[in-house]
Amino acid sequence: MTTQTLIYIFVGLSFALYIGIAIWSRAGSTREFYVAGGGVHPVVNGMATAADWMSAASFISMAGLIAFLGYDGSVYLMGWTGGYVMLALLLAPYLRKFGEFTVPDFIGTRFYSKAARTVAVICLIFISFTYIAGQMRGVGIVFSRFLDVEVEIGVVIGMAIVFVYAVLGGMKGITYTQVAQYCVMIFAYLVPAIFISLLITGNPVPQLGLGSVVNDGSGLTVLQKLDESLQMMGFGAYTQGSKSAVDVFCITAALMVGTAGLPHVIVRFFTVPKASDARRSAGWALVFIALLYTTAPAVAAFARINFNDSVHQTAYQDAPAWFTNWEANNLIAWQDKNGDGVMQVASGDAFEGAPEYLEQTGPSGERLLANAPGAGSDNEVYVDRDIMVLANPEIANLPGWVIALVAAGGLAAALSTAAGLLLVISAAVSHDLLKSTFRPEISEKGELRAARLAASAAIIVAGFLGIYPPGWVAQVVAFAFGLAAASLFPAIFMGIFTKSMNREGAIAGMVSGLAFTFLYIAYFKLWAPQANVAANWLLGISPEGIGIIGMLINFSVAIIVAKFTPPPPQEVGQLVEMIRVPRGARQAREH
Amino acid sequence: MDKNSDAASKRADAYWKANIRLLCALMTVWFLVSFGAGILFRPFLDQFMIGGLPLGFWFAQQGSIYVFIVLIFFYSWRMKRLERKFDLDD
Repeated sequence: MTTQTLIYIFVGLSFALYIGIAIWSRAGSTREFYVAGGGVHPVVNGMATAADWMSAASFISMAGLIAFLGYDGSVYLMGWTGGYVMLALLLAPYLRKFGEFTVPDFIGTRFYSKAARTVAVICLIFISFTYIAGQMRGVGIVFSRFLDVEVEIGVVIGMAIVFVYAVLGGMKGITYTQVAQYCVMIFAYLVPAIFISLLITGNPVPQLGLGSVVNDGSGLTVLQKLDESLQMMGFGAYTQGSKSAVDVFCITAALMVGTAGLPHVIVRFFTVPKASDARRSAGWALVFIALLYTTAPAVAAFARINFNDSVHQTAYQDAPAWFTNWEANNLIAWQDKNGDGVMQVASGDAFEGAPEYLEQTGPSGERLLANAPGAGSDNEVYVDRDIMVLANPEIANLPGWVIALVAAGGLAAALSTAAGLLLVISAAVSHDLLKSTFRPEISEKGELRAARLAASAAIIVAGFLGIYPPGWVAQVVAFAFGLAAASLFPAIFMGIFTKSMNREGAIAGMVSGLAFTFLYIAYFKLWAPQANVAANWLLGISPEGIGIIGMLINFSVAIIVAKFTPPPPQEVGQLVEMIRVPRGARQAREH
Repeated sequence: MDKNSDAASKRADAYWKANIRLLCALMTVWFLVSFGAGILFRPFLDQFMIGGLPLGFWFAQQGSIYVFIVLIFFYSWRMKRLERKFDLDD
């Protein structure tokens, strides 16, 4: 059987599974639609959270980023896992005890204000749409490379699948499909990792392979070999990285706090039966996430070794098949600067920006580019970081079924996250805007219909973002984490841990943290991208890490404003006391 | 009745204080393994090796994640005990 047939079979089977689960677990009430009835087992919820959280960025992009960043890639590893400690210790159990459906629910009730609720809804919608655009791009890449269909058709198929199980099943359908998607995803990630670890080091456990001696008789460990060969090619050492310690610190912190403040992750902890289950469930979520996250740095190091070995100083005519395949998909390019027909990899950009292909081929058969060759660098090879995980099985010459598995895994990662995001968007519209703000008299049936309509509309918007990706999407993913860190996290945290924080303080804090972070990122990413260098940054903090300063501004402004404005009414003190003790979560949800 | 609810709120206060103490201790460990060992003290720790990797690099890309998992389950276990002790479990 050809690899292409295998890919169709694997992807088709996984899609059939998701739809089957959706039909089996349809939501009948708003409670089932928003929080799966509140009866999901903590381990099951942990697995669903892991799939919800691990997006196309984790599955497809992260190992590739680490492969080219080396030590600096640690910001993603620590940042995207450390947030779960904050979630489990500082937020999840209390929000579960609170017992409502959405994050704006909590902020609106705790700060006794429709304005606070509306600010939270705006943050939530902005964060979620930024995030979802990235998922749809992931779906598009996988479809166009592996299934040989146009990106547009790929996105439409992806939308249709998500439509079926998110709109029919709501949170209940999403929870059980996410469990299936986690299994597909983790299997698809681990199998090639184990194969490659065996090939390179002879150790089947990738986490141990990372520290083992390479199989090539040199006696060097994986990292020693990488450090040596990269330095010979003019790069910095893999184990050192090039970002400043301040920046690494701030990016890690912003990603951690941002993770803890992401609404589609928080809302997953509303689905377990008890407050104590929320804590346990966060622990299980991190176990399932860590399985992939501790494998990723090994995959990254192996991929970089394989990439160097098979591309550097290889004649283009002898280039491996994956190289020309991805070149045909616009994600790899080679510009023969010195005209020797041989590909040289070196530090620096081969040329400025993304490749613009001409409709011509050069003397070696490569696709010619309109880009001017990058000055001051001998590098001739452009490679999109996103392809490393997808190309890994081909680079390592693994059998066709492994490639098919990776295609299904990439789709599972993108679809599971997209569904979770769509759900929080639809709940924000139907529950927070419609039911709680504009039309409180709406019936349960009406609200459920509105939730399904909102989810459908959100899918269509997300699909458009996938088919016509605005150029800025890739640039502003930092928005999602930075804004969550600067707006939602501090408001929720102060809502639980202080009784004195009032409406005025919380709103002023959210607005100022949000405005500062938004303007800083927008300035460096959109208005003046050429100024985006360390010398111009505030305290040497890049836009990726600025969310942590936004968080500090939020806290400070909130505390100062609260000092000069009337304290919250007495009921708020009782509400805070209620959410702080676990007893009574079951009763609270009966009324 | 009043006496009862007074005692209950005293228990809730003591429970909350114990929770905050535990949180401070665990968040300190959280900070030390990631921001400490993985970032600030990495250059120093990298002179030691663990399983073929420089120690600071290991904390940044492997070790901190393992510690995070232990922290959450430890907290979950201790809180369960605290809640039983103060008769506030769910």
